[in-house]
Amino acid sequence: MTKEKNPGKGTTVGENAGRSERKALLEICHARKCFGDNEVLHDVDVTVHEGEIVSIIGRSGSGKTTLLRCATLLETIDGGDIIYMGETAVTARFGAIHFAPKETMRRIKDCYGMVFQNFNLFPHWNVLRNITDAPLRVQKREKEEVYAEARELLRKMGLADKEKAYPCELSGGQCQRVAIARALAMNPKILFFDEPTSALDPELTAEVLKVIKSLAEEHMTMVIVTHEMQFARDISDRVIFMDQGVIAIEGSPEEVFSAGNPRMREFLGRYSAEGALQQ
Amino acid sequence: MSLTTIFMQLLSGFGQTCLIFFLVLLFSLPLGWLVYFGRASRFKPLSIFVKVYISIMRGTPLMLQLLMWYFGPFYLWKMNIGGGYKFFAIILGCSVNYAAYFAEIYRSGIEAIPKGQYEAAQMLGYRKAETFFHIIMPQVIKIVLPSVTNEVITLVKDTSLVYSVSYIEMFALAKQIAAAQTTIVPFLVAGAFYYVFNLLVAHGMGRIEKALSYYR
Repeated sequence: MTKEKNPGKGTTVGENAGRSERKALLEICHARKCFGDNEVLHDVDVTVHEGEIVSIIGRSGSGKTTLLRCATLLETIDGGDIIYMGETAVTARFGAIHFAPKETMRRIKDCYGMVFQNFNLFPHWNVLRNITDAPLRVQKREKEEVYAEARELLRKMGLADKEKAYPCELSGGQCQRVAIARALAMNPKILFFDEPTSALDPELTAEVLKVIKSLAEEHMTMVIVTHEMQFARDISDRVIFMDQGVIAIEGSPEEVFSAGNPRMREFLGRYSAEGALQQ
Repeated sequence: MSLTTIFMQLLSGFGQTCLIFFLVLLFSLPLGWLVYFGRASRFKPLSIFVKVYISIMRGTPLMLQLLMWYFGPFYLWKMNIGGGYKFFAIILGCSVNYAAYFAEIYRSGIEAIPKGQYEAAQMLGYRKAETFFHIIMPQVIKIVLPSVTNEVITLVKDTSLVYSVSYIEMFALAKQIAAAQTTIVPFLVAGAFYYVFNLLVAHGMGRIEKALSYYR
């Protein structure tokens, strides 16, 4: 039924094998990325299935943000393949990089959205325009439909009364919720989050996490780079722990957080130590 | 010669001053974008050429540049220049000079835009041109407005430099009257003209700045 490409590593899929039968939306195969002489991703494989929520955790510099930026094609991999819904977006072998043809690329880029750490809202547009401009201009959709959908999204984000406000008039948490609405307005199949709460204080973090949780309940496919361990544990179907540019542990939240891996222990220990210091 | 007569005579030249001012502004503001794109071009010969051009425009006096534009064709190529050429040379000389300054101002504005704006636009599927004209440029205009105001005010005063190629506008008239009547009054009146003109310019630009202050 669905075209399954096996990147060598992921779960093996049998016919009618329950959850894994779901379509693979994103496959990252043997991804490598260097910045100068510094190889920040070595041979990373990730598969994300429809409806799945994957959290990527790890200390700063472990390559998790780079992985996300490579997946979203903001950075170009130096080796490996990025495949969306069975269509190869970019493939890099022996220094030669091939991108998909323009048409395919447009289709691929249409299927995912991203929420940034610093929101990156457009400051000269009000909230409603931030959300509606791309659906109107890029996707060329009907004005009434787009506005109705945007207002519905704002309502879901608890920002129904803010549609005329400018980003500078909003709190960080409100900005991030607008950014989530902006990404959702494009009707993406996958939503990527790059440390969505790292620029927020604990109170605002909670309101953004609540929104992400509500998306999880609607079975939105999400890939989340985060430092919120408890959140990652609660929300994810799968957790990826990255260390020094490789996937050190991958599995269900229970598996990963209880793993006997010394680096994982050290990482979690550091976190609880930091938490203790903050309190 | 009464103050009123001096005033009326200078007023008759003020039209020329305004004409030069508005034409130069009209050409140099868009030309500045073109120069900026040339400077930012990845085609090295072009960007180097534009950098040299900007450096010459900023590194030599505008008066000297005007003399070059006006007398150059005759001295260099023995070209016969008609009467209309003088005005053309003035507008050309001032415009390409000011375009160089505006290009550098635009560059400072564009470099102030965070990289995240481009990345967000890319994620939403905007094409490069759409990103530039709908998302980047409006923000740049707001950022550079105070610097542009500075430059525009300088331009008002720089129109007086065209007397160096004997073009008759307000300042040239003031000089003539002052010499003929041996009085300093025409200079004072001309000064008042420039001052009031610049007050209006500053006020107008302030209004635009205010209109754009709806966001930070």
